[in-house]
Amino acid sequence: MSTQSETSTQTDTEPFEESVLPEGWELVVGLEVHAELATETKMFSPAKNEFGGEPNTNIHPVCLGLPGTLPVVNKKAVELSIRVGLALGCTIQRCIWARKNYFYPDMPKDYQISQYDQPLNVDGRLDLPSGSSVGIERAHMEEDTGKSTHIGTSGRIHDAGYSLVDYNRAGVPLIEIVSRPDIRGPEQAKEYVDELRSILVTIGASDGKMEEGSLRVDANVSVRPVGSDELRTRCEVKNVNSLRSLGRAITYEAQRHVDLYNAGDSPRLETRHWDEEDGRTRSGRSKEDAEDYRYFADPDLVPIEPSKEWIDEIRAALPALPRDRRNALLARNADPHAAAMAVARDLDRLALDAIDAGADVDSVLKHVANNLAVDGAETLDPAAFAELVKMETGGALTATQAKQVLAEMVEKGGEPARIAQSHGFEAMDTGELESLVDQVIADNPEEWERFVGGDDKARQKMQGFFTGQIMKATKGQADGKIVNQLLMAKAKS
Amino acid sequence: MASREPLTRQDVTDVAELALLNLSDDDLDRYTGQLDAVFDLASKLDQFDVSEVPPTSHPFGLVNVFRADSPPSSVGIDGTDDNVRQEALASGPDVEDNQFKVPPALGESP
Amino acid sequence: MSDAQMPTAAEIAADVRTGATTAIDVVERHLALIASSDTEIHAFHTVAEEAARSAAAGVDEAVAAGRDPGPLAGVPVAIKDNMCTRGIPTTCSSKILENWVPPYDATVVTRLREAGAIVIGKTNLDEFAMGSSTENSAFGPTRNPVDPTRVPGGSSGGSAAAVAAGFAPLSLGSDTGGSIRQPAALCGVVGMKPTYGSVSRYGLVAFASSLDQIGPFSTSVAESALAFDVLAGPDGRDSTSIPQPHQPVLPVLGEGVEGLRIGIINELSGRAGGDIAEGFESEVVAQAEAAADALTAAGAKVDEVSIPSAVAGLSAYYMIAPAEASSNLARYDGVRYGLRHDGPNTASMMAASRTAGFGDEVKRRIMVGTYALSAGYYDAFYGKAQRIRTLMITEFDKVYEDFDLLLSPTSPCVAFPFGAKADPITMYYNDVCTIPSNLTGHPAISVPFGTGEAGLPVGVQILGPMLAEGAIYRAAEVLEQAAAKLAGASANEGGQ
Ligand SMILES: [Mg+2]
Ligand SMILES: [Zn+2]
Repeated sequence: MSTQSETSTQTDTEPFEESVLPEGWELVVGLEVHAELATETKMFSPAKNEFGGEPNTNIHPVCLGLPGTLPVVNKKAVELSIRVGLALGCTIQRCIWARKNYFYPDMPKDYQISQYDQPLNVDGRLDLPSGSSVGIERAHMEEDTGKSTHIGTSGRIHDAGYSLVDYNRAGVPLIEIVSRPDIRGPEQAKEYVDELRSILVTIGASDGKMEEGSLRVDANVSVRPVGSDELRTRCEVKNVNSLRSLGRAITYEAQRHVDLYNAGDSPRLETRHWDEEDGRTRSGRSKEDAEDYRYFADPDLVPIEPSKEWIDEIRAALPALPRDRRNALLARNADPHAAAMAVARDLDRLALDAIDAGADVDSVLKHVANNLAVDGAETLDPAAFAELVKMETGGALTATQAKQVLAEMVEKGGEPARIAQSHGFEAMDTGELESLVDQVIADNPEEWERFVGGDDKARQKMQGFFTGQIMKATKGQADGKIVNQLLMAKAKS
Repeated sequence: MASREPLTRQDVTDVAELALLNLSDDDLDRYTGQLDAVFDLASKLDQFDVSEVPPTSHPFGLVNVFRADSPPSSVGIDGTDDNVRQEALASGPDVEDNQFKVPPALGESP
Repeated sequence: MSDAQMPTAAEIAADVRTGATTAIDVVERHLALIASSDTEIHAFHTVAEEAARSAAAGVDEAVAAGRDPGPLAGVPVAIKDNMCTRGIPTTCSSKILENWVPPYDATVVTRLREAGAIVIGKTNLDEFAMGSSTENSAFGPTRNPVDPTRVPGGSSGGSAAAVAAGFAPLSLGSDTGGSIRQPAALCGVVGMKPTYGSVSRYGLVAFASSLDQIGPFSTSVAESALAFDVLAGPDGRDSTSIPQPHQPVLPVLGEGVEGLRIGIINELSGRAGGDIAEGFESEVVAQAEAAADALTAAGAKVDEVSIPSAVAGLSAYYMIAPAEASSNLARYDGVRYGLRHDGPNTASMMAASRTAGFGDEVKRRIMVGTYALSAGYYDAFYGKAQRIRTLMITEFDKVYEDFDLLLSPTSPCVAFPFGAKADPITMYYNDVCTIPSNLTGHPAISVPFGTGEAGLPVGVQILGPMLAEGAIYRAAEVLEQAAAKLAGASANEGGQ
């Protein structure tokens, strides 16, 4: 099924999963992220900003654009937008509101109040966990549109019989964050959105729920030969509803561009829609006959001049950003991935407190990554958690036992030592363990030969055999790490 | 003071399309002349050099006008909640399931 | 039409508050006059009989209960039909809003109700306030009560006529380029355009947002001041509303013009190098000069003054107002309210509705504005006009360093016959004197001063700087008294 505007010169390749571009090509991506701001009421109207109400219940004359109504700016929305600007290192400046004029049934005034040549936030930067950095061109405020439901045989816009319009979302405050075309791959794009989302949630600007549409991503995709710094014709890919789709859509679209260039053709400036089911983008509206939005300063609204005092006040109240939180762990020699995971789980504070109470960094973060993806983890007492980790690293508990104790601590609370005792977890005396190891070696002389004299592969295999035997003999009470140390020591002697 | 190119029928056709107005051939003839006369009037502005003058979009230099982020407290004066909903829906030219019904976004070309 | 038989707003309010009369009596009397005479005049689209009666009953109850019913107790007020009235149709004289009933009241309507005034009906206008004769109404023109073969001016022609005919002692108009002052002049009543932002625009259906202001019509300057004090003041629903509390003007009435410096604006007064300028009627020019003499006689220091950019007002206005209008009128698309003509898809439905719903002048201005804002033309037209606006503000502010007030005719001509100005550009020239105050945001008033051709009323305009309504009303009152005296003298000369 192809739409009329997709002519035969447009070679659409088959859909495929994540792949890199053919050699010699580089991906150039800029992202536009729309985030709904977490206010009580709408941008310009006192109607509720609430997701999921019955159709046309959160409406008011102003957000319905009734004749005679006038917009008045929600101060909280501006404050949240300034928070975003600060978190992205933007310059916060005097700004004005502009009308973007185009006819659209979901948009009650048939113009959108947005910002154009004088936006609130400009020139920022987003540092990604993996080390790269993406420039932020601007982050401006605007109002959302309502929503149409297309009623037709397939529910798709192309064969809709008619549409029903609900204005509950019309006028919900948005911040649109526009990146520079600094993104070079689908993974980086996903990381950018993930990090941005985590910032928005951390500072309370948005709930960041992509599945509810409160975070929406459009990708401007183009390609160029490696080594070139030109910006070739881009296509704006819309309708990307998850991080996974974002990666797929960018990869697909980039490959399509490469194929066009290789065929001696070139992409046209246009908007394309990602089709999740078919795994491909489809031509939308061409930007050549693009609408002329006739932007002009909205005469119903006055400029915003954020004072230095106001900005300072907002800055002072900002919580620590994900980047700062990761850095706090990195300063304690944490592995970058483990640190990112802890922050993503919102367990970095717990980890830091446990580390600062003397627990081993890697062990703490290992538990955060593997054993604490559960409800209630955030209520864990850092001191008790540190104590548990110390028992484990000191050999008083095996890894398996530590995991069990930790689970009970999360569930019921309590001291790790007492929980361990109630389970009968007692660390084996090293002397006792050593004689047991000797016994097992004596009982399996052939295997021991292979362990000592074999190649790496054989040694690895036999190490597993001996550990198993010893664990069996101790009924799991031995510490695997110490068993291995003993085996290695005996092999060398 | 560059002299202005007169408005053409094509200009008026384009502008009518942007403004979502359908014009007949007669309309086009009439409006082309009339609109051109208005832009003639506007070209009198060329006798003033305002290249160094900033634009004014608002005659009173107000800034930072805000409202608090709270729903209206009094019901009625604004017609909040159900009143507005019912009255607004009652004004709709075509309403189904409490929503405004419109023809499909795409369809046969206009 | 004799207005001598109808009491003034002040008299009504005083009598209703003391119980000398009842609001319901006042309302019935006005409804009766409307019923007998408005078929000819067509000032009203809607006469809100039932709503008016029930509001009057509320005022009378308040009086009976000893509560203060407000400074406009029982005063019938006619509202231009581009201001929202809950439960009463608001059409803007357009087929596109023919059956629309707003679910909310404009702030001015709320303020009037709170002051005890009675909304008696909704008055005719040029469609969406675009015009200077009220001929551009989808529901037929309004006739000038002074001479029903002539236009009442516009766009607030219905409101001007309603007051001139005695249908209501007060009415509200909106003034984007002269739409209160010019019809006031043509109907022989007082019409006032306040400082931009002093009266809330919430509920006024927008024509050109940065120019629109609501103001009162009345038969006297004192009634205008009384109404203005009720209407003015900050409103949290209009971001462009001036946040400072309103300074009442009633207390300064009667202070006269002794010592005030008043300038006659050469560019707007119809004399170019001593000759009567094109489009200006000689009687109108002469009356403005007589008004200057009257002010001098009352102790003002009157001088000629030149404001070169004032002549650019008309050109700048006919870019800015249509540009804003093209955007403000986009919402009439057949989706949520108003007229719908169907089509096979959304865009064609919208275009069919707009094509059927808007009249000629509205379409013309939407297209002019769309063009002026469009890519490639913005700087040359809209951008340039906004810069001219700055230039005008600067020049007027400079002049106001040396003058307290300025003076000009309100309109270059008296009321003209229907159809006399069929060419749009000829019609636009009606607003040449009034437009500058809209572009600068400054206040201005039109006061009847003598007569011109065919004995028709002439209006003189007094302009002032931001928030100078007090001084404007003082000068207006002096002219009102002088005009009455001159009229009396000429009546005596006529041997009566
Ligand atoms: Mg965008
Ligand atoms: Zn946007």
